Amino acid sequence: MIYDVRIEGKNYRLQLDRIEGRWACRLDGREISVDAIMARPDVLSILVAGKAYEIKRERTALDTHLWVGSERYSAELRDPRSLRSRKSGAEDEKGPRKLVAPMPGRVVRILLRERDQVDAGRGVLVVEAMKMQNEIKSPKNGVVQKIVVAEGANVNAGDVLAIVE
Amino acid sequence: MFKKILIANRGEIAVRIIRACREMGITSVAVFSDVDRASLHVRKADEAYHIGLPAASESYLNITKILDVAKLSGAEAIHPGYGFLSENATFASACEAAGIKFIGPTAASMEMMGSKTRARQQMEIAGVPFVPGTSRGLQSAAEGEEVAAKIGYPVMLKAAAGGGGKGMRLVHSRGELKSALEAAQSEAQRSFGDREVYIEKAIINPRHIEMQVLADEYGNTVYLGERECSIQRRHQKVLEEAPSAIVDPEMRRAMGEVAVRVAKAAKYTNAGTVEFLVDQNKNFYFLEMNTRLQVEHPVTELITGLDLVHLQIRIAFGEPLPFTQDEIKIRGHAVECRIYAEDPDNNYFPSPGKITLLLAPSGPGIRRDSGMYEGWNVPIDYDPLLAKLIGYGTDREQAISRLQRALNEYFVGGIKTNISLFRLILNDPDFHAAKLDTGYLDRLLSNRKTDRVSENAEIAAIAAGVFAVLDPGSAASQNGAGQQSIHDEKRADSAWKEIARREALQ
Repeated sequence: MIYDVRIEGKNYRLQLDRIEGRWACRLDGREISVDAIMARPDVLSILVAGKAYEIKRERTALDTHLWVGSERYSAELRDPRSLRSRKSGAEDEKGPRKLVAPMPGRVVRILLRERDQVDAGRGVLVVEAMKMQNEIKSPKNGVVQKIVVAEGANVNAGDVLAIVE
Repeated sequence: MFKKILIANRGEIAVRIIRACREMGITSVAVFSDVDRASLHVRKADEAYHIGLPAASESYLNITKILDVAKLSGAEAIHPGYGFLSENATFASACEAAGIKFIGPTAASMEMMGSKTRARQQMEIAGVPFVPGTSRGLQSAAEGEEVAAKIGYPVMLKAAAGGGGKGMRLVHSRGELKSALEAAQSEAQRSFGDREVYIEKAIINPRHIEMQVLADEYGNTVYLGERECSIQRRHQKVLEEAPSAIVDPEMRRAMGEVAVRVAKAAKYTNAGTVEFLVDQNKNFYFLEMNTRLQVEHPVTELITGLDLVHLQIRIAFGEPLPFTQDEIKIRGHAVECRIYAEDPDNNYFPSPGKITLLLAPSGPGIRRDSGMYEGWNVPIDYDPLLAKLIGYGTDREQAISRLQRALNEYFVGGIKTNISLFRLILNDPDFHAAKLDTGYLDRLLSNRKTDRVSENAEIAAIAAGVFAVLDPGSAASQNGAGQQSIHDEKRADSAWKEIARREALQ
């Protein structure tokens, strides 16, 4: 299998296959000796040329981070056959965008109404969790197309709150 | 000794107090709100009673409900922990009226220390050193200008009823004073229902150092050494240590004696903390007294070998202090990290949710006071403090290295925590040199380097692939920011393989 992996914003091309219980690994074309087992869900033990690493995977509804020892790396993995994912950055500027809750909480205030004009960075609504209020900001200039939640609603991480077009 | 104690709190501190009760052969009674039925303190206690809705005002702050449970269960005393009702004089009085011992100071001591201006007036009589300024609220901007001219700019305006940075303004010159005073007064009115604002000389880059005191009900008061609490964010402590690297035995004695004077002036009983601001010339000034057990009490326990919760319970039962000041010896060094459910990628905003994986450190010199467990859903309704990880060693260096090692082993999955922040702090040369002040953490975070390309990034890249091979049903990845493109319907619970397939079909 070939994967495009993005670690802390840097892209790697990873070729990884398991053949008869042994790993074959090429990272950006370099062959690397790898032995890996999953110790338990979200925890790997990896040996790379004799060096031992414990890898822990931090998964939330929004993103994934990998811990190598005590270092934390943001991680994204894509199948290069998917064309869209490779150029998604450019396309994001156009078209409608969702505002999602970054954490579970309660919608305490809705600052704008549907059809209101909004500038990038302007707060659209406020989600409260653990006595802290987090303003959810518009990612782009545009118009509030839809507000999906009501004031007082409980939301989970990743829930769509509003759409800006 | 008491036979039964009610713990009017939740989270790690409730667990800490329940453990002390068990060690002393006392039956523990927990209380819980709707969302805390599955919380650790309910599992650890001998008895547990439901007290109401998630909102603290309907449960952990509801005096009537808590006293009802105390009476129903036959508890002879109540330990309030920290936060919630711990510094509520009305609650302490209500306990007394109900014939239940409040494990803490009297309502009168609490009231005196609750108002900053009143405390200041009393402390002036006791000869306690203060930041120069007024101990009464300002009547007018003209009066403020007059005082500021005397003590010198910059000055700080502070709400008498204040806390948490509300109603505070830093004023650099005479021209700014009038509008700053008006703003501080109206903010104080909005936040505390009291517009009283006083003025102090501003101490630039101070350290925040506090002194633990303990007083029995017979007038014996001792100090147990200081804690360095300068590492703060949004006026919230993040990492504390004891002893402070800048406090030598002479300064410790001087601060300790002032702290004891403060406690005696307030006729203080039980455990308390006297907070000081320390300037760059090591002058220390009284800030306020916290009339409760502090979150960071474990660092003092480790360097003194004492159990503060045991002692609190003994004092409340009427026992005299079992030692004198001369018998208290400080040994070694301890550093505490406050593990919060906070998202380091979203400006350390709270991040509650379900804990899907918990790997806990152990080994030499490590203490972990925790309120979480794997499978538990961290509720959205309360403080984000999950646990405290404390490293102890013969000296500061060893305590730090043990903590670094333990943080390496510590992992919480499913929610985000600030564990990575401690790695940053504990690796920082200024932290190692103990060059600390209350602005330290904000500076560290704003100077943080973003380029972190290292050998381990490649290991992470390989690991991402290994996860995909060994656990193909699991999450792929996401954009990470708080927004998503509407085209990307992918979700954490959908495998990226499926997305690829779907996109290929379109």
